[in-house]
Amino acid sequence: MKEWFQKYITLRKHNAQVAWKKAKRSKMCYAFLAPYAILFTMFYVFPVVASIYYSFTYYNILETPRFLGLANYINLILQDDIFLTSIKNTFMIAIITGPLGYIMSFLFAWLINELPRWVRSVAVIVFYAPSIAGNCYVIFSVFFRGDAYGYVNAFLINTGIIDAPILWLINPQYMLPICMLVILWMSLGTGFLSFVAGLQGVDRSLFEAGYMDGIKNRWQELWYITLPSMKPMLMFGAVMTITQSFGVCDVTMALCGYPSTDYAARTIVTHLFDYGFSRFEMGYACAIATILFLMMILCNKAIQSLLRRVGT
Amino acid sequence: MSKKKKQVVEVEKEYKKPLIKRRKPNRSIAGDIALYVFLALVAYIMAFPIIYAVNSALKPLDELFKFPPTIWAQHPTLDNFSDLFVTMGKSWVSFSRYLFNTVFITAAGTAGHLIIASMGAFVLAKYEFPGSHQFFKLVTVAMMFTGYVTQIPNYLLLNKLGWIDTYWSIIIPAFALPMGLFLMKQFMEGLPSSLIEAAKIDGANEWMVFSKIVMPNVKPAWMTLIIFSVQGLWNNKAATFIYSEEKKTLVYALQQIQAGGIARTGQGAAVLVVVMIIPILIFVFSESQILETMASSGLKE
Repeated sequence: MKEWFQKYITLRKHNAQVAWKKAKRSKMCYAFLAPYAILFTMFYVFPVVASIYYSFTYYNILETPRFLGLANYINLILQDDIFLTSIKNTFMIAIITGPLGYIMSFLFAWLINELPRWVRSVAVIVFYAPSIAGNCYVIFSVFFRGDAYGYVNAFLINTGIIDAPILWLINPQYMLPICMLVILWMSLGTGFLSFVAGLQGVDRSLFEAGYMDGIKNRWQELWYITLPSMKPMLMFGAVMTITQSFGVCDVTMALCGYPSTDYAARTIVTHLFDYGFSRFEMGYACAIATILFLMMILCNKAIQSLLRRVGT
Repeated sequence: MSKKKKQVVEVEKEYKKPLIKRRKPNRSIAGDIALYVFLALVAYIMAFPIIYAVNSALKPLDELFKFPPTIWAQHPTLDNFSDLFVTMGKSWVSFSRYLFNTVFITAAGTAGHLIIASMGAFVLAKYEFPGSHQFFKLVTVAMMFTGYVTQIPNYLLLNKLGWIDTYWSIIIPAFALPMGLFLMKQFMEGLPSSLIEAAKIDGANEWMVFSKIVMPNVKPAWMTLIIFSVQGLWNNKAATFIYSEEKKTLVYALQQIQAGGIARTGQGAAVLVVVMIIPILIFVFSESQILETMASSGLKE
């Protein structure tokens, strides 16, 4: 055992020495990477670590942080009903808009793939525009206005489906579905662009070979040829979709208000804003952020291992 | 002689002409038509809110409140936009100052991001050194969570640095956007290494290689980095980091007008158009470059 341990240490030492020598030789590379690496560490790595640290403390910016242990997490899960609502809402939104948005992104990228060049580029603009249109989504609050002058209400009353206007954005029953609709409208984002580009890059000769091997219809073509050769893009798109669908807050805040009726449209991020920037309970807010962080990373890992099996 | 030549050309033509019109075996005309109809329908639904927003901005006030509402503006005017400028002109901080703030933040943040991220991406893509793979993995992990997670420690950090209430609080963090480095690195990997080696043999140092050889060859990726960065910075309200009114961004000021209620409906509609037009225009003009970059965006394991 001791011998094995010593061997292990010498090996490690040797490896470290080799790495150190290599590192000395590639000073130039480090110099190039340094500006980015420093800023990245400052604004992405350090905050995650700090947020995990603060999540174990009571901290309100004015006093020095006081160590609490797991109290923040216990409070979050056992006492904070609103947090549970927000988790439920976030998951509802993520589970419905995430996969649907992802499939929509791929489906439309696939459908426009064979169109003539100029039609395709117009289609890409039309589909991609909603996701970069700033806060254009507030236009939906005009469509779904609560009085009889709102478009949806007016339409439904005129066709006789309902006889009194529905308070779409105030009644908790309708808030989440409407938010999901808006999020779906905006869901053809970066992942969609990646899919469009990836589909263009699929090797044409693979299709010819596929026809020879007896591929009969578009679906088989999709499953056996197109999807496997776009796996990296599918991964990238999944990362983008998950990040987006767990971070929902702009849409719900703009449409349903902040805070919304009965907290029916509260998401984890909204909850985090509430505690971080309204109540200044930074420790508690950091606990929320840590939970959100873990959720996102775990979900990403799970989806990635799922996607590796595509087309096999 | 010439007759023979003609014959040869004709034979060649005959040979070059495909025997049957090439049509992929798994396609039918009916399917194509159905596809077009479906796509047109969806495209209309997707574009409708944006069309509606643009039209509302062009409607005169009496038309905005007409019932039943019209989608297309009957008498399009630019009154809403001029009203917007009048309102902004009367505000305590002048419109041009807000505009300057946003343009400055966007331009500085984007330029810095482009340079710094490309420098990092260059060595990560083309050289192998201890820690390079680990660092890149870290960057891909950083793409997996939203910026909201880090917002509170970011605030504390910027506060420590004394950057709260300055432009830097928005500009400097924008330099380190993981997405930019990721896309740039993936795209640079497609550059032939022989190009770099050739330059080295000719006596260029790393900086020369980077600025004279690599950067001019990855112009499509520039546009992609630019659009993602501009998108984020142009729409940045910066309300948590900047308190002084004279340093606030255009989007913030415009949304204040939008929040002015029913009397500002027309101007609010104009605001929507002003805010969304810049990112969309940049995308329209750089679409082909962006798609070229995205072709190498894949995430391998």
